[in-house]
Amino acid sequence: MSDAAITPITMPKWGLSMIEGKVIEWHVEENSTIALGDEIMDIETEKIANTFEALDAGLLRRCVAQPDETLGVGALLGVLAPEETSDADIDAYITEFQANYVPPEPPEEDDAGANYEWLNLGEQKIRYLRMGEGSHNIVLIHGFGGDLDLWLFTQEPLAANASVYSLDLPGHGQSSKDVEDGSVAGLASVVVKFMDELGISSAHIVGHSLGGAIALQTAISNTDKVDAVTLIGSAGIGEEINGGYISGFVAAESRREMKPLLKQLVGDPGLVNRKMIDDILKFKRLDGVTEALIEISSGFLSGDKQTVDLRGAIADLPMPVNVIWGSEDQIIPAAHASGLPDNVTVNILDGFGHLVQLEAASDVNKLLQS
Amino acid sequence: MARKILYQEAINEALDQEMARDDAVIVMGEDVVGGTGANGEMDAWGGVLGVTKGLYGKYGDRIMDSPISESALVGAAVGAAATGMRPVCELMFIDFMGVCFDQIYNQAAKFRYMFGGKAETPVVIRTMYGAGFRAAAQHSQCLYNVFTHVPGLKVVMPSSPYDAKGLLIQAIRDNDPVIFCEHKALYAMEGDVPEESYSIPFGEANIVREGEDVTIVALGRMVTHAGKVADALAKDGISCEVVDPRTTSPFDEDTVLESVENTGRLVIVDESNPRCSMATDISSLVAQKGFGFLKAPIEMVTAPHTPVPFNGALEDIYIPSPDKIEAAVRATTDYVH
Repeated sequence: MSDAAITPITMPKWGLSMIEGKVIEWHVEENSTIALGDEIMDIETEKIANTFEALDAGLLRRCVAQPDETLGVGALLGVLAPEETSDADIDAYITEFQANYVPPEPPEEDDAGANYEWLNLGEQKIRYLRMGEGSHNIVLIHGFGGDLDLWLFTQEPLAANASVYSLDLPGHGQSSKDVEDGSVAGLASVVVKFMDELGISSAHIVGHSLGGAIALQTAISNTDKVDAVTLIGSAGIGEEINGGYISGFVAAESRREMKPLLKQLVGDPGLVNRKMIDDILKFKRLDGVTEALIEISSGFLSGDKQTVDLRGAIADLPMPVNVIWGSEDQIIPAAHASGLPDNVTVNILDGFGHLVQLEAASDVNKLLQS
Repeated sequence: MARKILYQEAINEALDQEMARDDAVIVMGEDVVGGTGANGEMDAWGGVLGVTKGLYGKYGDRIMDSPISESALVGAAVGAAATGMRPVCELMFIDFMGVCFDQIYNQAAKFRYMFGGKAETPVVIRTMYGAGFRAAAQHSQCLYNVFTHVPGLKVVMPSSPYDAKGLLIQAIRDNDPVIFCEHKALYAMEGDVPEESYSIPFGEANIVREGEDVTIVALGRMVTHAGKVADALAKDGISCEVVDPRTTSPFDEDTVLESVENTGRLVIVDESNPRCSMATDISSLVAQKGFGFLKAPIEMVTAPHTPVPFNGALEDIYIPSPDKIEAAVRATTDYVH
């Protein structure tokens, strides 16, 4: 009997706060062979539903977790083992695993969110999250109406070998709702001040959507502080934008108004769950948010047209420029990724929508690490 | 968001933030400054259960103790509202509505209508309701249904600290009279509440949890009970959707109907007496507009048609319990046509 040949598939930990996940369905059957990165099951967490991709390859001998089961992080979902391993050995392995498995404790009240930090930039209070220690720095900038939680599946993996920072832009998340200057250039200057204040001399800047335009503007005006720039479903490099989404998002007060809008953000609308809608409505109800969103949206678009175009400056940038897009993006079309200067590396991820860093987290993370 | 505070602290914080924001906001009520014979703020207790504690020290004369005359207190608040203030008055127990009801339903509720929209009455009447405290028949009732019956009043029933703060801020900013109903048993409930100010729109039900098999519409304190039942039944493979209307007037018909369209079964949990109640109201809504969705008769879990008993054992069985809710849910799933 050799346990060495048996590999467990366990409940992943997606983000800081995840302690359990609910199995929605298996995408693979028992006795099928799984390759690295294959989609093996859908899992729903408190924050979002997502597809779990195989971290190990092998023959799936046993599906242990059943649909609708809610299991703790690290719980046994399935067992990989070669054909020659006997069923008895697999049964013994499962019994032993289950006997030793301890589900994670819910975080102590004081610990919840204890990793968030705040920084004062003049009158503005900026919330940020720092993870990891590494030889280089990465700064993650979310898009319009989002917050640093949109890097839920990104920040922790990148922190394995880098110092990774995510922040709430002014008017967003738990940062001050008084945006002062809501233009792309104004928000880029907040990013630069944020880096200066934390002593980040230079960083790989990753921006999503409006955050992409801010990242690019930061790189253009501060070539010495930006080692590389990655633009995900980015604003600022083409004209078209789904203005109806933006104005609808600003105006929406109810769950029924918000749900169809959020479904436009993803290739698979099933990913939009109650908690995600609830969190966004809770943000939108805060005093000053609507005004902040109006101020910021007027700084980069007018109707269905973007008013900020930074393409002309890309060719002269000295650092690597990467562009990632979900092919099914309904907010800013993936077509904006074509026709960019030669110094830009482009990756289009098939079948995913605007929130590609959540939907195709492992693909995006690989691209960010390469 | 990680900060947790109590329901009663959430109410206090809403009052505090709105008083800081708008000088027209004033608080009036019996003992809202201090206890009987209070000697200035040192002795201040802040209402019968301490909800307004600390506000007198910050806002002085904008926190006003009233005589023990609900009719005078509510009348003064309604008059102040009609002439430009934004009073939040405290009707200590909802049971006392009887002595000030003319001021509420014939005056406050009618001004906008009778003056052709030229008058507004932005008054909030905060009031405690609900059984479970051995406080007998005159201090334990759930009379929110009576206010809901009256056009011109808005009626709010927060079921959590988050909702209590956001709905009270909305109530204070609203230009119509709002009856804000607080269940005594919820005061010690703890929950996530943002420190920043925020408002929750009226008429927007909260889907507390999503489910496929049965819709449970629960109000106020009953929302927590419904959640417990949903947890227990999930283990037996019965998936319950829990809907909290949050406001009984305006009422979010669409969310209830959409939920029943999805589940086909409806249980309404209303701590009030059963006749002419939210339970019958929601039941008639779904029977009229959602009849085709139903796979089983609508179940109602309510108190019986009797006064609240003083005897503890009787009071305990008077209040809708998780066991009764579970039985009602099972009645809808077990139903065979």
